[in-house]
Amino acid sequence: MNGSGALRNYVLVGLGFALMVAALYMVFIYVPTDKETGAVQRIFYFHVPLAWIGFLAFLVVFVCSILYLMKRAVKWDTIASASAEVGVVFTSLVLVTGSVWAKAAWGIWWTWDARLTATLVLWFTYVAYLLLRSYVTEDSQRARLSAVLGIVGFIDVPVVALAVMLWRTQHPGAIIFEGGLVPSMLFTLVVCIVAFTVLYIMLVVQSTRFRNMEADIRNMKNTQAD
Amino acid sequence: MKGSLSKVLAIFWKDILLEIRTKEIVTSVLVFALLVVVIFNFAFEPETAAMNLVAPGILWVAFTFAGVLGLNRVFAVERENSRLAGLLLCPVDHMTIYWGKLLGSFTFMLAIEIIITPIFLVLLNLPLFLPRLVLIVVLATLGFTSVGTLFSALAVNIKARDIMLPILFLPVVVPVIIAAVEATALVLQGSPWGDMLTWLQIMIAFDIIYLVVATLVFQYVVEG
Repeated sequence: MNGSGALRNYVLVGLGFALMVAALYMVFIYVPTDKETGAVQRIFYFHVPLAWIGFLAFLVVFVCSILYLMKRAVKWDTIASASAEVGVVFTSLVLVTGSVWAKAAWGIWWTWDARLTATLVLWFTYVAYLLLRSYVTEDSQRARLSAVLGIVGFIDVPVVALAVMLWRTQHPGAIIFEGGLVPSMLFTLVVCIVAFTVLYIMLVVQSTRFRNMEADIRNMKNTQAD
Repeated sequence: MKGSLSKVLAIFWKDILLEIRTKEIVTSVLVFALLVVVIFNFAFEPETAAMNLVAPGILWVAFTFAGVLGLNRVFAVERENSRLAGLLLCPVDHMTIYWGKLLGSFTFMLAIEIIITPIFLVLLNLPLFLPRLVLIVVLATLGFTSVGTLFSALAVNIKARDIMLPILFLPVVVPVIIAAVEATALVLQGSPWGDMLTWLQIMIAFDIIYLVVATLVFQYVVEG
């Protein structure tokens, strides 16, 4: 790894750490407790950023998949696979944090509400993406096939969202955009979103680095074997 | 344009001929779909009010599972004797191959559904003459096979393809399953046309989106 890359890593890790500490402070100490739902509402500051960044991660997979099929540069495939992994972890956490909140607010762990269902379907699609990657051994074939799934799966998102929305909905909706949040809550949410975005970028950068190192080692081994 | 249509039909006819001679896909999948319908009769208490509520679900679970099985065969048959390589060597573009294979899998699945649906309606003592159900079946089947043909080609060259196809296929076709089940329920209740319009629109939108996207990306699945 070259010097500027190492510096970038330190900056990212440091920034991520500082933001995460700030986010924790704001969520648990700074922001007032919600009047109606109580302390459990604080999970919202993790749940919403995770959901948004999870979605962003899959958007990155989609864009990188298109770029890979157009340019055939390995780096797009590497970024797509790193982003899909982080996206699946974040989406899993969205489902878990959402369930914890739902148990307290609605009295049930799970309901077949539109957003929950759509998130679950999205989660399955990208678990399938990761499974597909693990089943294909040849590098260029894996990149090609997973790029196709990265495109086809993402295009499904609006259709799934529309179908389940018509099917049923009870998720607390667009309170964020309707100005239902007091300024301190909105501020906390923004800090959390920034913190999780930096965490996402950091994870993708690190994961991409590891994948490149793995590829280097494989190449070295192959050269020696020859 | 006319030339490419005849090429599509040539590939389609090849699959139909093969199927008529071997009877490999339709017969086995047909028996499987029937079994699914019958097994559900044990899972739910038959001849109760609840049965009418779960009937659309049973029908579409049977069709979805049967579809996965059938789609698995669509490109698996091409593996034997390097037929896929032969097909790709044909002087036609990849879009033509996709549409030919799509037409084949669409026909196979529709044939199975045409036989299963009346048997299903008889077994559950439901009204037999349901012209609107035909429209739902055609739209949903087009949606299933447009994605399914692409994924069948994708899964054929990888390890564990038998399990990979449903894992790839089922999440993507969720909108079609929801729309088909809801629309079928409305038909069985005898609701007016207007009520099921939204579900038909979702299926039409899904069909168009995936026919276009699959046509565009199919070349990347079969190359190399």
